[in-house]
Amino acid sequence: MKINKIILSFISAVAILLSTSVVSFAKVVGDKIVLGAAISLTGKYSSNGVHTQNGYNMAVDRINSMGGVKVGGKTYKFEIIYYDDESNPKRAAQLAERLISQDGVEFMLGPYSSGLTKAIAPVTEKYGVPMVEANGASRSLFTKGYKYLFAVLAPANLYLDVAIRTAVELNGGKGVRIAQAFEQDAFSQDVRLGILDAAKETGSEIIIDDKLPKELNDMAATLVKVKQMKPDVLVVSGHTKGALTAIRQIAEMKVDVPMLAMTHCDAAKLSKQHGKNSQYALCASQWHKTLTYKDNFFKDGMTYAADFQKEFGYDPPYQSAESSAALLVFKDAFERANSFDQKKVRDALAATNMQTFYGNIKFAPGGQNVDKPMVLFQVMCDGAGKCENKVVAPLKWASAKLIHPIPKWSDR
Amino acid sequence: MDFMVFQYPMITVQACLDGILLGILFALIAYGMALQWGVMNIINIAQGDLVILGGYIAYFMYLYGIHPAWGVIVSPIIMYFVGVGIYKLVINKVVDRDLFISILATFGISILFMQLMNFAFGADVVLANSGYGTTFLFDSAVVLPNSKIFSAFVSIVFAIGLVIYMKKSKLGRAIRATAQNARAAKILGVDTEKVYAATFGLNAALCGVAGALISITFTIHPYMGLPYTIRSFMIVIVAGLGNLPGVAMSGMGLGVFEEFADYILGTEFRIGSVFLLLVLILVYRRFKLSRKREYLK
Repeated sequence: MKINKIILSFISAVAILLSTSVVSFAKVVGDKIVLGAAISLTGKYSSNGVHTQNGYNMAVDRINSMGGVKVGGKTYKFEIIYYDDESNPKRAAQLAERLISQDGVEFMLGPYSSGLTKAIAPVTEKYGVPMVEANGASRSLFTKGYKYLFAVLAPANLYLDVAIRTAVELNGGKGVRIAQAFEQDAFSQDVRLGILDAAKETGSEIIIDDKLPKELNDMAATLVKVKQMKPDVLVVSGHTKGALTAIRQIAEMKVDVPMLAMTHCDAAKLSKQHGKNSQYALCASQWHKTLTYKDNFFKDGMTYAADFQKEFGYDPPYQSAESSAALLVFKDAFERANSFDQKKVRDALAATNMQTFYGNIKFAPGGQNVDKPMVLFQVMCDGAGKCENKVVAPLKWASAKLIHPIPKWSDR
Repeated sequence: MDFMVFQYPMITVQACLDGILLGILFALIAYGMALQWGVMNIINIAQGDLVILGGYIAYFMYLYGIHPAWGVIVSPIIMYFVGVGIYKLVINKVVDRDLFISILATFGISILFMQLMNFAFGADVVLANSGYGTTFLFDSAVVLPNSKIFSAFVSIVFAIGLVIYMKKSKLGRAIRATAQNARAAKILGVDTEKVYAATFGLNAALCGVAGALISITFTIHPYMGLPYTIRSFMIVIVAGLGNLPGVAMSGMGLGVFEEFADYILGTEFRIGSVFLLLVLILVYRRFKLSRKREYLK
């Protein structure tokens, strides 16, 4: 018994010793710049986590094969250490801690989703590790005064702002009546705040303001109210399940509404799952392949989409595109800083002003990208039932004319 | 608070009909739970996850071009064997132990199933399109998707079928005998081990039917099982074991309650209101029990 205890304590002592004396390999090893990322490879965000990882990997390969990053006259290549955060914020924060203090990573890439980014940001901030993130859009990320957080995407409150303004414009500048249903998570509630702001500015009235639960799969009650009150615009945001449930039940219950605006249609593969029923839905997107932004690495959206399709076998959702853009931002900042000093890189990131295939990137003091508007696309189907997403707003990039109001179900 | 539901009478009708159709489906799941609880004294926390797995079977048939309504036939057959498999692997080791052990065991199975489904099918929300149309009532003031009517109809068919099976067939009689007194049944030559396996399989098959119906009417997702477990638990608690008409009634009652909670309190409190109701009923039952005990004293 006693011997057992002694052996046990000996083993644990050795284990503790080992764990503290592991040689941490530094951020820049030889000719490699090592970035760290906690990504949701399992758990509820795993599909978007994989899109994020594919976007990162695509950019790493491309930058490395096109000459890498030049700092101080030497060429470096990117490498990423990934950990699976299991879609769990606590785990994500632990992994960020581990990446920084054990693996010695000095530059981070963001995880997927606002919630996980929120969990990691305090850690990177504490250690002064610059993090470029591509998938956390919640407004609250940019109001905390974080100095080391940079987001290449537009903040969540701008997602459906364009839709309301377009509806008002089409209504001859008069306010519209809005019905809205939002899930109760950080992201969707930020989208909601954006709508409230837009409604206030345009003199629009919110007549239905429903909240959706996390385990949403039935929103018939909201839709019955919509049928009764006949709003001009229906706004739904509840991640993939919100988009899918809304389209299914709107079609089944034959709800007629002149404009239907949503988020997450891309990830929900709306037209693939619902075919013609998804027609005319308006979707907010950070990016669309037909946008005409350009850079030297991916050329433009169409080329990026084709290359991505070749490598991963599916059309890139915006989550992948923005993730690829994060690497381009890092490369640009390293070269301008001409150093691997975290402070200098941070300052270079803050001064970023560039165009990528994904859009213009310029950070506000809060860290959000202020130089890239959201786009709206509309699902449009041809006679044979083949559906496509076409950009309809802002007008500068529109590849099709917005169909408004949505034809009644009885006329379809 | 929103009392629109009472201001427009048609919304009240709509809410009641929606609730009843939904409640019938819940009752089917609860029926399986009651069966297994009564026979084996096991509360199956993985009930909802079996439902979701059944839904995925229908979804995959849909993906391969088969109409998802056939899932109502195929899914229970596959799920029956899944159920028997779970019984042979895990449940037979806990079946004679106290309730707490079996709750832990099925809780573990539930977590395992969630993660396995997430691993195998991905975290995407999916659904199967039946292409069934819509029924309009009262000058189209009330709208009922045919998929909901279809699920309620199929649920009733399966429930009635199972009742007849339990009454007439040899296995059904053996199951009922085991539920009444396992030891006596064993002495009289009933292979209780087989009966337990079949009961667990039957329950999983019912979940399979319900899952297929849910993939047609709503959406499925690996992590969506728990609300279905809670609902069926609640229905069984209200109805009591072995009270089949009670299960049907309390199922429909719960459905209508949920719909009204949805309209009045808001969709975000829909599941929350079920939990609240569950707590209230448990407290009420306890209160009634304690009064009875005092009376005995």
